[in-house]
Amino acid sequence: MAVSSSSATSTVMNNVEAVRATLYEALKNDDRTVILGEDVGARGNVFLITKDFINEFGPQRIIDTPIAEASIVGIAVGMAMEGLRPIAEIQFADFIYPAFNQIVGEAAKTRYRSNGEYTCPLVIRTPYGGGVRGALSHSVSIEALFYHVPGLKIVAPAFPADVKGLLNTAIDDNDPVLFLEHKKTYRLIKGEVPDGHYTIPFGKANVLKEGTQLTVVSYGLYVHWALEAAQKLQLEEGLSVEVIDLRSIRPMDKGAILRSVEKTRKLLVIHEDNKFGGIGAEISAMVAENALFHLDAPIRRLCAPDVPAMGYALPLEEEYMSSPAEMADAMREMVKF
Amino acid sequence: MATTITMPQLGETVTEGTVAQWLKKVGDSVDKYEAFVEVSTDKVNAEVPSPVTGTIREVLVKEGETVATGTPIAVIDEVGAAAQSAAAPAAPAHASAPAPAAPPSSNGAGKTSAVSADVESALRGASPAVRRLAREHHLDVRTIKGTGTNGRVTADDVLAAASMGPSAAVGQAITSAPPSTPSAPKAPPPAGTSTYGEPIPGTTIPLTQARRIIAERMVESKHTAPHAWSMVEIDVTNVWKWRSREKDRFERETGYKLTLLPFFIRAVVESLAAFPLMNGKFTADGIYVNKDVNVGIAIGLATNLVVPVIKNADQLSIKGLAIAAGELIDKARRNKLGVDDLAGGTFTVNNNGANGSWASAPIINGGQAGIVTMETVVKKPVVREDDSIAIRSMMNSCLSLDHRVVDGYVASGFLADLKKRLEKMGPEGTL
Repeated sequence: MAVSSSSATSTVMNNVEAVRATLYEALKNDDRTVILGEDVGARGNVFLITKDFINEFGPQRIIDTPIAEASIVGIAVGMAMEGLRPIAEIQFADFIYPAFNQIVGEAAKTRYRSNGEYTCPLVIRTPYGGGVRGALSHSVSIEALFYHVPGLKIVAPAFPADVKGLLNTAIDDNDPVLFLEHKKTYRLIKGEVPDGHYTIPFGKANVLKEGTQLTVVSYGLYVHWALEAAQKLQLEEGLSVEVIDLRSIRPMDKGAILRSVEKTRKLLVIHEDNKFGGIGAEISAMVAENALFHLDAPIRRLCAPDVPAMGYALPLEEEYMSSPAEMADAMREMVKF
Repeated sequence: MATTITMPQLGETVTEGTVAQWLKKVGDSVDKYEAFVEVSTDKVNAEVPSPVTGTIREVLVKEGETVATGTPIAVIDEVGAAAQSAAAPAAPAHASAPAPAAPPSSNGAGKTSAVSADVESALRGASPAVRRLAREHHLDVRTIKGTGTNGRVTADDVLAAASMGPSAAVGQAITSAPPSTPSAPKAPPPAGTSTYGEPIPGTTIPLTQARRIIAERMVESKHTAPHAWSMVEIDVTNVWKWRSREKDRFERETGYKLTLLPFFIRAVVESLAAFPLMNGKFTADGIYVNKDVNVGIAIGLATNLVVPVIKNADQLSIKGLAIAAGELIDKARRNKLGVDDLAGGTFTVNNNGANGSWASAPIINGGQAGIVTMETVVKKPVVREDDSIAIRSMMNSCLSLDHRVVDGYVASGFLADLKKRLEKMGPEGTL
């Protein structure tokens, strides 16, 4: 069990270990917490996140479900409205569509339609994103599909410490939260994770690197690559790029973005999801609405092309995804604009 | 084929231009894109490149003459056309005929000038941030050198231009003005005019770009910042003694003359530290208190005023200030000041006394909170605190202040502090 030792102030973990540790502590700390999803019980999840949980917490709290996403979320909504704290897992984000109505039509609207009488304290965890040769059905980014829906919070942490703090906040939240875990960061990204229970509020972006010539906003896996590109440009070419990790997509930290853009006067949004109608479009519009007279360059979005899915073939996957080199090129062009 | 060149439109609102200097004369050959005439407007100076390769057939506008944009100013025979026109007897007659007065066709306008096109595109390409910042700092985007892609003026370019202040803008205009061609003959000034260096009574001196910008900036500063004024009398006897004792050795060792200026600047930067608001500036967002202490020193030259800046003057000793000032004065007199020398001033010292001035009310360098003068040093009988009368070296120091930034309390406190510091300086000490 990768639960932190009480004697240390922090423990080095990767992202998947941070998810596992946080879920374990939630189960330990609150009997109302239940986990349900495909293979979360006996199999211990495809990434072994819930391995052995069923032995400790039993099949009443670690519930294996049929391959029926609408059912997973639908049941979880009922549990949440009746006083439990369900954490529903969609094994891969690509398979969330059957549960769309349960998430958008039911969970997100519960508090509003009951005039506050009912809440829906539900966390829907799901691995998303590409770069792992997951091909058509195991590489998708889904954030923009749910982004449009008031009543739903969407979180996409990039670092292990943020995974724990934000997942704790999601579990504590009395409304539904879609918790997105980039699967390529699961084992790739390691970092210090504070011991004990702590939370990170939603809607607080993290300025990972300060800069004066360009603001880059991203989240998930691409935050790491954007940071790498910005640091390289700083070191080798003296370009000063500010990198902001959104962490929570909705609510979004508009203030952090605007403050940064007012300083740097240029904005590049980088995300893995398709460009058309994506998060970048919303951020661009928000900045154009609020900071037009601070802009010294057209806002630019570096995103996936408008194709329906990521291909399996390596060249197709690479074409779909951005790379640190492409990010550096875009940053350089914008700084020099 | 003959190509008629028209006066380019060097700006959206510019309707006329002056032929400042012909860089080519009739009969000279000119390459495509080679500059052949310098044109000035009240906004910019620009060299006009030739749209064709050929020979200057005719010059239609004299140097110094101002004509409406679109007016034909020259005719160029394109390469290959000369032989053709020689073969055709009617061509010379046509060439000497008055140029058509009709406004140029849109086709013709397109040929006028690449510079014109660049300037226009710079304006069109100005981002919202550039337009806002230029408006806030009262700058014309077309006069700012762009460092962005394809020479685009960036927001940083505007801020850099703004930070230079008025004198720097003059310097920038001077240094960015196209160099004149040494071989080009200087035309005599038009009748009824004289030059700034050799003024002739009863004539008008045409405005140089530098003179015009100085005029604009002075009006702008006086118009923008509500000036208030104050003066103190300072006993600089001991500073004078100190300086007199050191000056010969200093000049021998450094090559620069030791004047009272560095002593004065040293006291000023110490007083600025005690009254940091005086080192601030008024902005739309509030009063910005500068971190750096960059002291501009006003230097009057024969034809214009320049204010080079001693950067981080608070970090220099009197000796360091003397050398820094000496270098800048030397560069100014040799006309070697660059834009960097003129940029970034946060407060200005005006050495008026060098010319015997006893009191003056200087205009604030735009974007600063004040300008202080050191007036002439005169020996006077002074009644001292113990009621004795002594002959002392006395100097007035005057302060013009931006009343938006500071009120009398701070300003007079600053002046009193300056007086106290200078009166404590000397007659012994280490430079």
